Amino acid sequence: MIRRSLLALAAAFTVAGTSVYAQDMIKIGAIAPKTGPLAGGAVVTQWPNVQLWVEEVNARGGLKVGDKQMQIELIEYDDKTNPGEHIKLAQRLATQDKVDFVVAPYGTGFNIATAPIYGKFGYPMIAVSAITDKADELTERYSNLFFTLGTTTAFVDGVKEILIEQRDAGNIGNEVAMVNVADAFGIELADRARELFTEAGFEIVYDKSYPLGTPDLSPVMKGAKDSGAKAFVAWSYPPDSFGLAEQAIIENLDVSVYYSAVATSFPAFKGAYGNKINNVLGAGGTNVDDPVIAAYRKAHMDVTGKTADYWASANTYASLQILEQAIEGAATLDRGVVTQYIKDNSFDTVMGKLSFENQVSKTFWSVGQWQDGVFRGVKGSNVEGAVPVRAKDGWSE
Amino acid sequence: MKRANWQELIWVVIIVALAAFWPMMVNGYWLGIGVDMMMYIALATSWVLFSGPTHYISLASAAFFGVGGFIVGTGMSDYDASFWSMLALSALVGGVLAALIGLATLRLSGVYFVIFTLGLAEMIRNLVSWVQNNFLGSRGLYVLTDFTDTHLYWMLLATAAAVYVLGWIISRSRLGFALRIIGGDETVARHVGINTAMAKVILFTTTGIFGAIVGAIIAPRWSYIEPNQVFSPQLSFFVVIMALLGGSGRLWGPVVGVIPFLLIWNWVDANFPHQSILVLGLAFLVIVYFLPHGFVGRIEQLRAHLRSRS
Repeated sequence: MIRRSLLALAAAFTVAGTSVYAQDMIKIGAIAPKTGPLAGGAVVTQWPNVQLWVEEVNARGGLKVGDKQMQIELIEYDDKTNPGEHIKLAQRLATQDKVDFVVAPYGTGFNIATAPIYGKFGYPMIAVSAITDKADELTERYSNLFFTLGTTTAFVDGVKEILIEQRDAGNIGNEVAMVNVADAFGIELADRARELFTEAGFEIVYDKSYPLGTPDLSPVMKGAKDSGAKAFVAWSYPPDSFGLAEQAIIENLDVSVYYSAVATSFPAFKGAYGNKINNVLGAGGTNVDDPVIAAYRKAHMDVTGKTADYWASANTYASLQILEQAIEGAATLDRGVVTQYIKDNSFDTVMGKLSFENQVSKTFWSVGQWQDGVFRGVKGSNVEGAVPVRAKDGWSE
Repeated sequence: MKRANWQELIWVVIIVALAAFWPMMVNGYWLGIGVDMMMYIALATSWVLFSGPTHYISLASAAFFGVGGFIVGTGMSDYDASFWSMLALSALVGGVLAALIGLATLRLSGVYFVIFTLGLAEMIRNLVSWVQNNFLGSRGLYVLTDFTDTHLYWMLLATAAAVYVLGWIISRSRLGFALRIIGGDETVARHVGINTAMAKVILFTTTGIFGAIVGAIIAPRWSYIEPNQVFSPQLSFFVVIMALLGGSGRLWGPVVGVIPFLLIWNWVDANFPHQSILVLGLAFLVIVYFLPHGFVGRIEQLRAHLRSRS
C-alpha cells in the first residue's frame, strides 16, 4: 500500500516535472507595501491587479516571446512602506532572483527612490501610483522610468475647472474652504491650489492643515462650516478622506462642491457612507460605461474577489498590459529593446490607446464624482466619457 | 599611554581598511546590506558613546536622523544647495538641537528620559511638517545626486570610523572618566565636583551630530524625502536593540551586534517575509535573558575564563 502510493507520488512528480521543463518561465518581480502606512492603498490598487494580470496571462498560456510561450513566475515582496527596505529588495530581485522584468513600485517616493537601481539593471518601470510635477526632469535623468497617472498641476487644474463651472452656474460664490493633510503630497497639492485658485479669482477663506493620522477632524470641519464657503476642497489621504466625510455628515456641511482627494474613489468609501456621499468629488475617475472597463471590472471581481477602485486600478492594469504587449511585440527578454519598444509604440489597454511622449502618458482621469452609487470620471486628459458635474445637495441617504 | 590602547587603534585602522574593499568584492544586493550595516554601525556606535557610560537609554536616533535627511532634502530641492553644504548644516543643526534638548531634559532620569526621547522624533516630525506646510510650501523633496551605493557606503564607513575614534579619545579623557563616574553613581559624581549636566550634554550633542550626518548621507539613497519615513520610530528601536545586543560596555560592541542582527533579519525576511518583526522581539528576549551585557559581555567572560585557566 505504502509502496503503491509512493509510486503514485513519484509519477505525479514526473508529470509535474516534465510540464515545468516543457514550458519556459519568465520571472516578474513585484515589490509594494503589504504592511505600513501605504499598505491600505496598495492592497486595493496594486496587488489585486498584479494577481489578476498574472492569472489571466498564465490562463491563456503565458507570454508569447518570439516562438516561445512563457508562463509568468511572480516573485513578490513586502517593502513595509520603507524606502530603505524597498531598495534592498530591489537589489535582491535583480541580483539574487534575477527576474526578467518588474512591476513598478507603489507610491511617488518609492518609484523615484528605486529608479536608479532598476535603471542600472535596465528594467523598464511603468509607474502608476506616482504623481509629480517633476516628471520631465525625472525622465530625463532616468531613461527607464515612465509616468502614467498625471501631474500635481493637472489634478489641481481639474478641481479649478469645476469650481469655475459651478461659479458660472451660480451654485457657489468666490469663497473656497480648503484643507490639506500636512504630508508631502497634500502640501504639494495645497501649495499649487493656492496659486491656481487665486489666479482664477477665488478667495480661500479657510485654509487649514492637519497632521497625518489626526484622529479627530471635527475642529477642521467646524472651521470650514463657519467660513460659510459653498465649496470645500480637501487635499487628503486615505484615513482622513474618510474622517472628513464623516465629520461633514455630522456637521451637515452646507456646500455645493465637496472634494476630497485620495481614496474617495475607493469602493470602501461608498461602503462606509452609502448614498450620503452622493455627488462627492474625488481624485481620479473612470468610465464605467466603456465596455472594456466593464469587462475589466468584472474580471477583477471574479479573480480577486474585490471590487476594483474607480481610479488607479485600471491604470495599474493598463501598465501591466503595456509591459505584456511590449515584451511580446519586441519578441525578446532583452530589457533595453523592450524599453525602447515602450517608447516607440502605442498600446491597446483598458484605458484605451496609450502612448508615451518623453516617457509620460497624457491619458488619465483627474477628477471623478460619486453619482448614484458609481464613481464616474468628470475631468481628465485625453479620456472619453466624462459626465457633467452635479452640485452636492445635502448629506441625506 | 599604554601599549594596549594603541593596539586597539591599530586594529580599527586595519578593519576600516579591509571594510573599504567590500564594494569591490560583492554584487549590488550585498553592497546594499553593507550600506545598511554601516548606517546602523555608525548610529549604534554613536548611541553607545552616550548611553554606554551614562546608562541613559535614548530613543532619539530617529529624530536626529530625520533632521539630517530633511535638511538635505529641503536644501537640495528648494534652494539648489549642494549636498556637501547641506551635510555640514545637518551636522550643525543636529548638534544644536541635541544640545538644547540635552540642557532641557538630561535632568530627567530613568524611564522619564526614555519616554521623552521616544516622543521627540514624533514632535520634530510634526514640527517639520508644520513649518513645511506654513512657510516652505514644498513641492516634494527630491534629492537627486549621482552617488551610488559605493559612495554612500564609503561615506558611512568614514562616519562610523570617526565616531569610533572620537569615542576612543573621549574615553581616555577627563570627560570619559567623569562619564563613567556618572554612570556608576550620579550623586557621588556631583559630590566630587563633576559638572554632571555639562558632561552629559556634551556627549548627547555628539550623538545628535552623528545621527544627523547619517540621515543626511542616506537621503540621496532614498531620493524622495517624506517626513513620515525619515522620522520612523522603528529606526530608534533598531539602533537600541543592535547596540544592546552587541553590548554597550565597549565601543566596539555595536559592530558585533549590528552584523549578526542584520544577517538574521535579512535571512528571515527573505524566507519568512511576514515574520521578520518577530526577530526584533526575540532579540529583545535574548538580550534580557542570555546577554545582559551583549555579545561583548560574553566575549570578555570567555576571555577572562581562558586567562584564569592558563
